[in-house]
Amino acid sequence: MTYLTKLSAAALSELLVGKQVSAVEATRAHLDHITAVDTDLHAFLHVAGDDALDAAAKIDARRAAGEVLNPLAGVPIAIKDVLATQDMPTTAGSKILQGWVPPYDATVVARLRAAGLILLGKTNMDEFAMGSSTEHSAYGVTRNPWDRDRIPGGSGGGSAAAVASFQAPLALGSDTGGSIRQPAAVTGSVGVKPTYGGVSRYGAIALASSLDQVGPVSRTVYDAALLHDVIGGHDPLDSTSLTDSWPSMAAAAQAGLANGALKGVRVGVIKELAGDGFQAGVTQRFTETLALLVAAGAEITEVSAPNFEYAVAAYYLILPAEASSNLARFDSVRFGIRVNPDSGSLTSEHVMSATREAGFGAEVKRRIILGTYALSAGYYDAYYGSAQKVRTLIQRDFAAAFSQVDVLVSPSAPTTAFKFGEKLADPMAMYINDVTTIPANLAGIPGMSIPIGLAPEDGLPVGLQIMAPAKADARLYTVGAAIEQLLEARWGHTMLSRAPALTPTEMFASKEGAV
Amino acid sequence: MPSAEMKNRAELMDFDKALELFEPVLGFEVHVELNTKTKMFCGCANEFGSGANTNTCPTCLGLPGGLPQVNKKAIESSIRLGLALGCEIAEHSRFARKNYFYPDTAKNFQTSQYDDPICHDGSITIELESGRLVTVEIERAHMEDDAGKLTHMGGATGRIQGADYSLVDYNRGGVPLVEIVTQMIEGAEHDAPEIGRTYVAAIREIAKALGVSNARMEEGNVRCDANVSLRPRGSNVLGTRTETKNVNSLRSVERAVRYEIQRQAAVLAGGGTITQETRHWHEDTGVTSAGRPKSDADDYRYFPEPDLLPMAPSREWVEELRLTLPEPPAARRKRLQAAWGFANLEFQDVVNSDLLDAVEATVAAGASAQAARKWWTGEIARLANAAGVAADSLVTPAQLAALIELVEAGTLTDRLARQVLEGVIAGEGTPAEVVDSRGLAVVSDDGALIAAIDAALLGQPDVLAKIRGGKQRAAGAVIGAVMKAMRGQADAARVRELVLERAQAIE
Repeated sequence: MTYLTKLSAAALSELLVGKQVSAVEATRAHLDHITAVDTDLHAFLHVAGDDALDAAAKIDARRAAGEVLNPLAGVPIAIKDVLATQDMPTTAGSKILQGWVPPYDATVVARLRAAGLILLGKTNMDEFAMGSSTEHSAYGVTRNPWDRDRIPGGSGGGSAAAVASFQAPLALGSDTGGSIRQPAAVTGSVGVKPTYGGVSRYGAIALASSLDQVGPVSRTVYDAALLHDVIGGHDPLDSTSLTDSWPSMAAAAQAGLANGALKGVRVGVIKELAGDGFQAGVTQRFTETLALLVAAGAEITEVSAPNFEYAVAAYYLILPAEASSNLARFDSVRFGIRVNPDSGSLTSEHVMSATREAGFGAEVKRRIILGTYALSAGYYDAYYGSAQKVRTLIQRDFAAAFSQVDVLVSPSAPTTAFKFGEKLADPMAMYINDVTTIPANLAGIPGMSIPIGLAPEDGLPVGLQIMAPAKADARLYTVGAAIEQLLEARWGHTMLSRAPALTPTEMFASKEGAV
Repeated sequence: MPSAEMKNRAELMDFDKALELFEPVLGFEVHVELNTKTKMFCGCANEFGSGANTNTCPTCLGLPGGLPQVNKKAIESSIRLGLALGCEIAEHSRFARKNYFYPDTAKNFQTSQYDDPICHDGSITIELESGRLVTVEIERAHMEDDAGKLTHMGGATGRIQGADYSLVDYNRGGVPLVEIVTQMIEGAEHDAPEIGRTYVAAIREIAKALGVSNARMEEGNVRCDANVSLRPRGSNVLGTRTETKNVNSLRSVERAVRYEIQRQAAVLAGGGTITQETRHWHEDTGVTSAGRPKSDADDYRYFPEPDLLPMAPSREWVEELRLTLPEPPAARRKRLQAAWGFANLEFQDVVNSDLLDAVEATVAAGASAQAARKWWTGEIARLANAAGVAADSLVTPAQLAALIELVEAGTLTDRLARQVLEGVIAGEGTPAEVVDSRGLAVVSDDGALIAAIDAALLGQPDVLAKIRGGKQRAAGAVIGAVMKAMRGQADAARVRELVLERAQAIE
């Protein structure tokens, strides 16, 4: 049944709907593959196991009874550990939440269950989604399936690695400054950050409320679209959720496969997101892709976004400020671990302090301190206030750009996957890695990363970022599917089919509550 | 007195002496808890007295991933309260996070409002007992969510000091509050304590009249923080203020303000300085004690709440809400007292017994104001008091008006009417029905009375002789006998008339 793990969600869905394959078979194939490869890769923090098989059996029974189910019913999916699941521990990669099982499901999780998808487990991530490498997880690193000495991106390295290593055809991620798109880029998978407000945040453990957005991770653009259609749409429990009705993203992706889909599409290349600081192989694959677009009839224009140079700085004020407040609730009073101080009285203040000291990692503490400082009386205007003004300027840059073009493109990340430890000592080097993805979060617009080849110098995946105006998510799927088709036609294969084969390793430890 | 209390009891200066040396400056923050069905930011019930932590959800428990949704009814109540306080309603308003760590605050921030409160720049005029009118300027009235309730266990006093551990009940966490903040009140002088009491009473009355709060101070629906500072006579520099927290009865507001004036005056006159701090009010001992130091630089790191959208209440909606405002309580009191012609004490009695609505409705149902007042504050209040219930829960204004009508028509004496009232309260029907079923109507048939009177006169020949001899006072004995024979169901005045008549007439 190994072949089942190689299928796209769409292809697997066809077999399930046609009853050629059962959901139990599909789920078991993925669980077996997880057992085989994940001890080494460590994409999962928790694997659902029997619960997943039980859920799959129910789907099979309903389908056998003739019920008309969502096409994705019975398709397995991996969930980033930032999303609340009432039957699985939810830790956000932090020690402070070790073993915590929420009493509720995030809205997106509830929608997956309602559509009949099979939840395989929870994926690894940088603690509270703070990082670009998944090295900041309290539960150990996740390896990049393309090179096990390299990072899978972050914060959603677990979801991207799970999908890229065929442990799941689909995954959910969350993207605050690139946490879906950058891992997709460095693992050769597809990742989408929807328009802010397009997908509910209820039950997504907040990092920076005004930037966070949940989105799909997959191996094909069409699969991402199918998943987007399941999780998207208004949720009254999230006050920032848009009430708009959305077009079918799957239909938009299908439209991209039609002949001439790219003809006349105006594509903007952002001057500021190219050149210096971008790895040669990344620039090369990006330039080749632009040539492919021109050949397909697209019009390429260079546009300038002068305020992007302030984006990273503004982001690293807004994010820590909001995070410092969002993470205040982790205080040992109502949930999570409790640590008593070594000395002194057991007042709530001392216990809170000892718990946060022991429960939070260094990067989390760094950002809480940064954010607390940025919000302090006397500094608010200079830091948080100014950062919000930059945000407005970046939105204007985007508005000006989108008055000339339909979509904007850039490399998804300045480099391919870097080695473990390479940027750990220098937070600024890590932060600057998100220079390409951060502007979309600051402006609330949608962005997608698709694989566009391997960098010649290291043989590692390169991603193309496509951005569209707010609420024009469908445009990403049309353009993304069209480019994906062009590239695969040129290569003669999908990119992930060229990923190194993973050696099955002995399954010697249960993944249950993995540490 | 426990030693901690001894320590708390500070030197006090005589109140008049304090006023001679210093001018008090006041300020009040009153929290009004709204009586919406659900909480401010989630769908949990806003209910007093439920089992601990039963009215909770991921949002009001501050669980990871929980998100707030605004209760529109709470916004509506806040706007109505603001309008009743003469406030402007902001065209653009937003929530802000007030960040501080405390176990009763589930998110470790309070969702409040900072630079864009929903209501601002209002005022109310209050009338003191002397007739002095004082206008209190309202700086702002903003929305926020309440904290949970801490119970400190193991200590002798129930306070946090000496407790072994504390329990938190988050049922109140997330309940909607409106915090009403006054401008500085200067020129209060000797009236300062009374201004405090009267102002809080006015807020409570307005909230109650609007129906936006249960407004019970004993249940914490209305809570007052009183700011007091003193400045030496002749100085125009403000003194250092203290903020006495959670003063939870009208009388305590008055006492706490007076106490702080006397305490601060003694400290200042003794060459000391006032520490800017919060202070706790001790209802039992009538003193305040130092809480935590509070500086203007207290840093709550406010920033706009990113999980909620800014609000822009439409002008049309605000005007619609303005039309729903009841008559201001002070104006209504003035109007009713004049219309009813009550003396001040009579009127105060009605107001203090919370029976203004009942009397008004009884008058509207046709009763005279004096009779309505007499019944509500007399017999009905007595019965309610004995039963431990509210007077207006015993009978309806319509029932009472009907009863009063029977008395005024002579069908019932006061004594019979009291029996009918008991019947009505016991659920035996309308007053007329009770009169019928219990056979309680006054005997107005002179024939029956004359027969009884004649029998009584003939039974007491000595009394008859005295009456005939002009001693009318002697008639009392006969009247008593007749009333007894009629089982009280006779009009005593009519019996008297007939006794005098029959004494001359009978053989």
